[in-house]
Amino acid sequence: MAFQIDNLTTMEAFNTKIPDGPLFQKWTKYKSSVRLINPANRKKIEIIVVGTGLSGASAASALGELGYRVKSFCYQDSPRRAHSVAAQGGINAAKNYRNDGDSVFRLFYDMIKGGDFRAREANVYRAAEVSNQVIDHFTALGVPFARDYGGTLDTRSFGGVQVSRTFYSKGQTGQQCLLGAYSSLNRQISRGNVIMYPRREVLDLVLVEGKARGVIARNLITGETERHGAHAVVLATGGYGTIYYLSTLAINSNASAAWKAYKKGAFFANPSFIQIHPTSIPQLNKFQSKLTLMSESLRNDGRIWVPAKKGDKRLANDIPEEERDYYLERRYPAFGNLVPRDVASRAAKERCDAGYGVGDTGLAVYLDFRDAIKARGIKTIQDRYGNLFDMYKTITGINPCEEPMRIYPAGHYTMGGLWVDYELMTNIPGLYAIGEANFSDHGANRLGASSLMQAAGDGYFILPITIGNYLVDEIKELLISTDSKEFADAEKEVIGRLEKLLMIKGKQTASSFHKRLGEIMWNYCGMIRNKKGLEKGLSLVRDLKDEFWKDLNVPGTYKELNMELEKAGRVADYLDFAQLLITDALRRNESCGAHFREEYQTSEGEALRNDEEYAYVAAWEYAGEDKEPVLHREYLKYEEVEPKVRSYK
Amino acid sequence: MHFTLKIWRQKNSLARGSFETYNLDDVSPEMSFLEMLDALNKKLVEEDKDPVAFDSDCREGICGSCGMYINGHPHGPVPAITTCHLSMRYFRDSETIWVEPWRAKPFPVIKDLIVDRSALDKIQIAGGFVSVNTGAAPEANSLPVNKEKADEAFDSSICIGCGACVAACKNASAMLFVSAKVSQFALLPQGRVEARQRVRAMIEKMDELGFGNCSNSGACEAECPKQIKLVSIARLKREYYKSY
Repeated sequence: MAFQIDNLTTMEAFNTKIPDGPLFQKWTKYKSSVRLINPANRKKIEIIVVGTGLSGASAASALGELGYRVKSFCYQDSPRRAHSVAAQGGINAAKNYRNDGDSVFRLFYDMIKGGDFRAREANVYRAAEVSNQVIDHFTALGVPFARDYGGTLDTRSFGGVQVSRTFYSKGQTGQQCLLGAYSSLNRQISRGNVIMYPRREVLDLVLVEGKARGVIARNLITGETERHGAHAVVLATGGYGTIYYLSTLAINSNASAAWKAYKKGAFFANPSFIQIHPTSIPQLNKFQSKLTLMSESLRNDGRIWVPAKKGDKRLANDIPEEERDYYLERRYPAFGNLVPRDVASRAAKERCDAGYGVGDTGLAVYLDFRDAIKARGIKTIQDRYGNLFDMYKTITGINPCEEPMRIYPAGHYTMGGLWVDYELMTNIPGLYAIGEANFSDHGANRLGASSLMQAAGDGYFILPITIGNYLVDEIKELLISTDSKEFADAEKEVIGRLEKLLMIKGKQTASSFHKRLGEIMWNYCGMIRNKKGLEKGLSLVRDLKDEFWKDLNVPGTYKELNMELEKAGRVADYLDFAQLLITDALRRNESCGAHFREEYQTSEGEALRNDEEYAYVAAWEYAGEDKEPVLHREYLKYEEVEPKVRSYK
Repeated sequence: MHFTLKIWRQKNSLARGSFETYNLDDVSPEMSFLEMLDALNKKLVEEDKDPVAFDSDCREGICGSCGMYINGHPHGPVPAITTCHLSMRYFRDSETIWVEPWRAKPFPVIKDLIVDRSALDKIQIAGGFVSVNTGAAPEANSLPVNKEKADEAFDSSICIGCGACVAACKNASAMLFVSAKVSQFALLPQGRVEARQRVRAMIEKMDELGFGNCSNSGACEAECPKQIKLVSIARLKREYYKSY
């Protein structure tokens, strides 16, 4: 019973700052009563934004437009390369352009339900509310969304909902939205409102008198560490899906900045809520460095099946209709192939584990376009998914128009993240987390096309308003000096750790440790979890951490471009973070959304929630090296919706 | 599969570089070119040698980070793909493969296969945007856009900014890159408002940064991993003449 220390601090630790009043008036009320800063004073305030994905780039540009002095950081050589660029399917908004009964409330409800009633009502409602502004803004920025013949915007339907509210640019909506945000960022750079620091990795957060006042960054070209001060720090650092090594994320995506914030006192919320995406191209070789997603939009026209006979080795096209098991349509007749991602992923794993999987490894299912091509013609299907088909063919050598695709689930999106209040501020004053880096909007499972929506909503329309409420008390502070002891100490610590990594001089590469960590996490803390496995996983991670600090090899020095050193630092953080993640999964004795505990399921194999005991956000506080973290519970109150058993039957 | 690799090694921007020879066994045909380099680097690190530095991130052909000259072609010999998508099954067993960084004056080498492409960002900063503030946008459907034009704008908008066009061009011209952004905005009513200023500012910046002119040889189009068409350079020129 090592975990019983939390209850007393639970209530006072949380000031969620959710405004009073009915759900649908909260944001309007907040906006009209929030304190403002006059434009002359904004010019004196500096804000650091870490990350230039959709949330970071949009926040930096919107803050720049308001006249703040913004410093923007990314590890890539250009802000345009952040991994939002790879989002494929689309971006949701409650425009109701289809007259199919959509509304802000329905989008909100779908997200709350899709998140299996583990998200905060007020934040989710606001995300739905600003979704329409996001579409207007991107359209004005020249983002080429798909259009209908009359010139109006087209939409398509996406997993887990029954309306058509997803705006898209073929299969590269993320690229188009990110390049839109990048263009608005560039405009602010050209005006001198934003200073861009590319090829920088943020390695620590600096607190002065308990407030976030800056960061220590490493210039990845020269290797030098740099001190950067500001009145507030915004983390837009994305998710931690690469903890599985193989995932749909960019290979350099990492959790280090968020982890450092956690170690400085920021709460980490629901770390075990990780979305496993159902439709990725399966692993093809043992040196594989990542898994490529095939957009969920394919499930609109593709039908998922496996052979009805166990171990059937015939070619897909040789298996007659009556010997195919369209298991999603069979198990979930109401939603069929469009069930949410967590449900689709588990169903695929269930079939493969039972011996019905296809391909050499047996770890794949078919996604078949034969019937759609027959019904709608090859041209229509090509128009919709052409670039995805090309990508699939490039990677596998198979043409999906002639043979069904093979797909398998892969680690994708992390619903968990830094704990934030209604203003998107963490519990550290002046430290904000936006986009995938925070926990607030997707509960235990995210619905398709809502990550671009949330990231842009946070960055363009929410943070720029809420941050003023904190900064208004900071205008008396002149520019933050980086000569203070706090900055010096933080920099010393960062350098000390770089040296420590370089001094191990063992035999193994950082990536080989990362790969083994990924295997542990996938096997014991992946799509399906149980107590015994989680405990085993935890002890394996601890052993691996010991081995890492004894047998890692990083050539070179830290005062030069050294990619092995970059990787080593990220893996070192993941080895710590993995333990928190597993601890969270162990403590949540229920199944909800993407968190599926074998012990808690219905007789039909569906997730069994426990609202009595677990309708809370698990916010973890760092308690020191190798000490059990402290759990704080933010109990979720549902005023407008009643938590129900999520059914897609 | 086995390969002999001749890779350009250069310690930093000031050092002189040269080709080094490496032999690599046990390459599987399913590996991507970058995964093959990962395997080489694993071997080098285990021998405590300096691994080959190269840029890559998304590894799914969309971020534009990766890019190198492979056997004389940007992103390798297979058309319309990025290096991260180049599969080793396209090479012959025991082949010698030459690997070099992008070669262009505005892209100085940082280390090995990594070059500095910040000049491309500078061109975008000069004018690659529509000047609209957050909150000022009209209702999205209030401005209908012809579907064909919107689709054409999309075809230009998919540039990933990898720099292959510059590297392929004997003049190190960035015309294809610039024309992609200029075309996207020129084709959409949202972008027409400041079309004149935009095209001039971007071209001026391009010249200032030392990119060469276009002499219509079309190498950029042939090597572009996203198949941006030469016709967009024609549109760029038209936009430029119209701006005076």
